[in-house]
Amino acid sequence: MKKILLFLLALMSWQPALHAELTIEITEGVEGALPIAVVPFSWQGNGSPPEDIAAVINADLQRSGRFKTLPRADMLARPTSVEAIEFKDWRALDIENLVIGQVQSNGAGGYQIQFQLLDVFRGEQLVGYSIPTTAPNLRSTAHRIADLIYEKLLGIPGAFATRVAYITSTKPVNGEMRIDLNIADADGYNPETIVSSSEPLMSPAWSPDGLKLAYVSFEGGQSAVYVQGVYTGKRQKVTSFKGINGAPAWSPDGRKLAMTLSKDGNPDIYVFDLNTRKLQAITRHYAIDTEPAWSPDGRSIVFTSDRGGKPQIYRVSAFGGKAQRVTFQNSYNARASFSPDGKLLALVTREEGKYRIAVQDLESGVMQVLSQGSLDESPSFAPNGSMIIYASKAGYRGVLAAVSVDGRVRQRLALQEGDVREPVWSPFKK
Amino acid sequence: MKKMSIIWVPVLLSLLLLVGCSSTPTSEGGADVSEQSTGADGSDANGGSASTSAASQGGEWQGDPLENPNGLLATRVIYFDFDLSTVRSDYMDVIQAHADYLAANPQVVVRLEGHADEKGTREYNLGLGENRANAVRSLMLAQGVSDNQLVVVSYGEERPAAFEHNDESWALNRRVELIY
Repeated sequence: MKKILLFLLALMSWQPALHAELTIEITEGVEGALPIAVVPFSWQGNGSPPEDIAAVINADLQRSGRFKTLPRADMLARPTSVEAIEFKDWRALDIENLVIGQVQSNGAGGYQIQFQLLDVFRGEQLVGYSIPTTAPNLRSTAHRIADLIYEKLLGIPGAFATRVAYITSTKPVNGEMRIDLNIADADGYNPETIVSSSEPLMSPAWSPDGLKLAYVSFEGGQSAVYVQGVYTGKRQKVTSFKGINGAPAWSPDGRKLAMTLSKDGNPDIYVFDLNTRKLQAITRHYAIDTEPAWSPDGRSIVFTSDRGGKPQIYRVSAFGGKAQRVTFQNSYNARASFSPDGKLLALVTREEGKYRIAVQDLESGVMQVLSQGSLDESPSFAPNGSMIIYASKAGYRGVLAAVSVDGRVRQRLALQEGDVREPVWSPFKK
Repeated sequence: MKKMSIIWVPVLLSLLLLVGCSSTPTSEGGADVSEQSTGADGSDANGGSASTSAASQGGEWQGDPLENPNGLLATRVIYFDFDLSTVRSDYMDVIQAHADYLAANPQVVVRLEGHADEKGTREYNLGLGENRANAVRSLMLAQGVSDNQLVVVSYGEERPAAFEHNDESWALNRRVELIY
């Protein structure tokens, strides 16, 4: 472990460019997005303001595809208090909602951020808070404010103050392939590498409390499942049986990991209790059974199996038993995961030879294809269920993309260099 | 290099002989070695009989048969069809050759690394890669190789041999590598 940390530190010191931010562009937004203006916040303190809080909020809202934000250049005035607002001017611009605020230094390295969301037509406040924060947390505080605005206006919590874990691979000229497990804010900022290896890393999975990541590493020439503290860097090897140790998935209570093991000859689904370290076989079939995912109530597990000849999604009790087939449309369906409300499955489906992200309504069985690539994979729901992030290809490179659950909003997230894949959205911060 | 050229003479001679008397189903001695060196794809015709005792008995190749660049043992990658993990018939003689070598050298351990192309999901492909490696393993076990000589590892699509997103690359990536 120490070795890995040292290795990481060394890498970070001489290759900062490799950890360049993910850049996000909206490729398609919703018709009739809500018009909103986020006015630059006032600054009371020495020197220049440490972070443009309003710009972070503005970018979040705009990126969601649900808001049409007013460019600063088009603002007739930049009020920072309610008394200074001329509501009729904003009405004339068809702005329905207005965000204003102030950032204050408290002298001790901390800050106080105050913001207000106002209904322009009624001329009244919808929500307002004063939030204390620190320099390293300024961006995340801005994301929390964007979350509050999103929830107030759309009725569901925002997922801006969350993180994304993903795998990158880079091969320097004349160098060895390097695989990294990284985490970044949901807007691509603050990327950090938490594991770096010359051997494959795959299948990162957030614990429900957002404090740990389970993943598969081939260090030592064999697959093993590890659990690592995201903020402590400490990790433990969970399983390293002969054969495949793969596809870790946390139970909703965080006490167990469902996973794929082939120790008895071929891949089957097991549940590993992290406290008792007991292993329970959930499936036992000569086919490939893999990619388990828990239902939000923890009672059942969906998984991929080719027991019927081609990979399809099956559902089984979390304690084992008879599995029921869930997908019937298309000849290839794999890697399903539940939406936070348990009503939808996101999965990879093959349609006319192209691998795409789809959602299937569990009650009606209707499947809707959401993505447009030919090698799309690894769908992961945002914790508020609004978007699905997934891996796609752009030319020779792996890129990340996100699509709203109704298919109407699209984003692309790209690294400046290298290949990025297997994105997983973190749970809400607790 | 010099040593090699000396060895080559009888191989080439026998090659000429072979070409002269065309279809001899019971080829032996240097036949199979030479056949490989021509690059002719006669593997179907000679199939399993073109096995290997040749290299060790015939004396054309002195030293470890594993090092013979023209022997069947020089083939260390077995390719697979899309979404399949059955070994194609044109690889049976290669696998037989490796199995015979391993059976004759019980101290030797080989790693069977299974791989898949990038199509489809990663963890499923890990299973597919393992199925492919296990298919090779089963054939070798049936030829008398002992279980503890074979180590199966699947890398799925994580370690591609070719990096383009097209049929040619995918065909090169659906493979089992034999690592001695």
